[in-house]
Amino acid sequence: MTLSWALTDALTITRRSIWHWMRQPYAIIFGLLFPIMLTVLFGYLFGGAMQVPGDSGNYMEFMLPGMFVMVMAFGIGETMVAVATDREKGVTDRFRSMPMASSAVVLGRAIADMLYSAVLLAVMLGFGLLVGWSAHNGLGNALLAVGLLLLLRFAMVWIGVYLGLVIQGPEASATVQTMLFPLTMITNTFADPDTMPAWLGTIAEWNPLSATVTAIRELFGNPGVGGMDHPILLAIAWPVLLTAIFFPLAVARYRRLSA
Amino acid sequence: MEPLLPSEPAIRAEALHKRYGDSKALDGLDLTVPAGTVHGLLGPNGAGKTTLVRILTTLLRFDSGQAQVAGFDVRRDPAAVRRHIGLSGQYAAVDEILSGRQNLLMFGRLFHLSPKAAAQRADELLEQFRLADTGSKAVKNYSGGMRRRLDLAASLILAPSVLFLDEPTTGLDPRGRTEVWEAIRSLAHSGTTVLLTTQYLEEADQLAQHISLLDRGRVIAQDTPDGLKAQLGGDQLQIVVHDSAQLSAAAAMVHRITGAEPSTDPDTRRVSAPVTERITALMQAATALSEAGIGVEDIGVRRPTLDEVFLHLTQAEALL
Repeated sequence: MTLSWALTDALTITRRSIWHWMRQPYAIIFGLLFPIMLTVLFGYLFGGAMQVPGDSGNYMEFMLPGMFVMVMAFGIGETMVAVATDREKGVTDRFRSMPMASSAVVLGRAIADMLYSAVLLAVMLGFGLLVGWSAHNGLGNALLAVGLLLLLRFAMVWIGVYLGLVIQGPEASATVQTMLFPLTMITNTFADPDTMPAWLGTIAEWNPLSATVTAIRELFGNPGVGGMDHPILLAIAWPVLLTAIFFPLAVARYRRLSA
Repeated sequence: MEPLLPSEPAIRAEALHKRYGDSKALDGLDLTVPAGTVHGLLGPNGAGKTTLVRILTTLLRFDSGQAQVAGFDVRRDPAAVRRHIGLSGQYAAVDEILSGRQNLLMFGRLFHLSPKAAAQRADELLEQFRLADTGSKAVKNYSGGMRRRLDLAASLILAPSVLFLDEPTTGLDPRGRTEVWEAIRSLAHSGTTVLLTTQYLEEADQLAQHISLLDRGRVIAQDTPDGLKAQLGGDQLQIVVHDSAQLSAAAAMVHRITGAEPSTDPDTRRVSAPVTERITALMQAATALSEAGIGVEDIGVRRPTLDEVFLHLTQAEALL
């Protein structure tokens, strides 16, 4: 199997996902519904009562970076459901019985998910600008922030692939998706962890997502919470670590399909 | 890669073993399928049919034994096997969101056809399987029979020399079943070797030249459909008596009439024995029963079900 065929096969799998979006454009709207709803809810309903660190006092500026991170984190669910559906319906087995590159199934999925999330992120950034968020530190820093967000999504791909290969049945899938909500909300997105009960504050502070939130607040020049050293380094280290754990787990699990 | 010689069987499995934990899915299975024939694999759930198909299509590793498909060793050269097989049925599926045509385009590209060749092949197959009108509709809106036909078409993109069909008509209505049968028949005419698993005796009877019966991971009988039916005794005279105390009297009477050794089941108070002259045997039995004063709940002549075939053969197996 040559490398060029492996890439061609992966792009064929990616094109399959693009066809999916074209046939079901409303799926993109559903993907954004929750973060946009939360932004409106927290921004306008509670925003006035929230104490924002720093002088600007603009809660949208404070919260939106967390919403960008949340959109990336929900990617775990998107990847997981796609992988689990293919496995359960037998599409994965058809691929495995064909003379195609076996890496293409997963590589194609990763490329498709990254593309999809980049589109979601672009829409979310545009929405942010509409509701009063903006980037203040120049294009270079803004692009670096977007890079960190996509790096986080890349780590989510492998967690999603692994979970998609492990979970059995729609109930398990629903459970994982429900658990994603607290995971994405117990962060420093909505409030300073110092204002939370100590145990919850500690979880929020150590949540890998909080590192990315803090880092991109810094890069976008948005108000943030203090108390984290080297947030940009952490926002690189956490996704790299998660990838280093879940990529081999996902590959091993894929191999176990033939055990 | 060396081409398949005409004399070589399309599928050869020798002493295949596969365990899942403590249970033996395949327990020394042997199977030879000559090229150009349709071979039926019959067996109850858990007999090992699907495990065998998954092993032969390179989806599943096996513990020991030998397996060759289209002249290639399944373990040593799985990539070559994949280039020569098609798989369709409960464990290979099509994408439900895409249209029929998009499915065939995608699979064609994954079989490494050029974009143009993939498009041409997709149109040919849609035409061949009478899906041309609905080619642009999403597969989730297809009927069961259409979906299976598309599934079949997807496994034929490279015109495989060996086609594996795993329960191709399970869950289809009679119309869908007939459609799929027709498609399989025309494939068989074109010389494709087909290995077909099914739970329906009738399906194997309709399509296969040879049938292997699987039970607990082994082939327990192998013959032509007619040979198998003869071996199983064909029609059965069945009598259910009122009182289980009269079971042995009824059995003795059935033995006199049919000349065969009847089997009895005290739980259901049933006596059954193979017969050749259905009507004569039924009338003789009815007369003899009423003369002997044996109360009868039910009497009739019917063909054995697959369950009974298995019961019969596995009992024989246990006695050996």
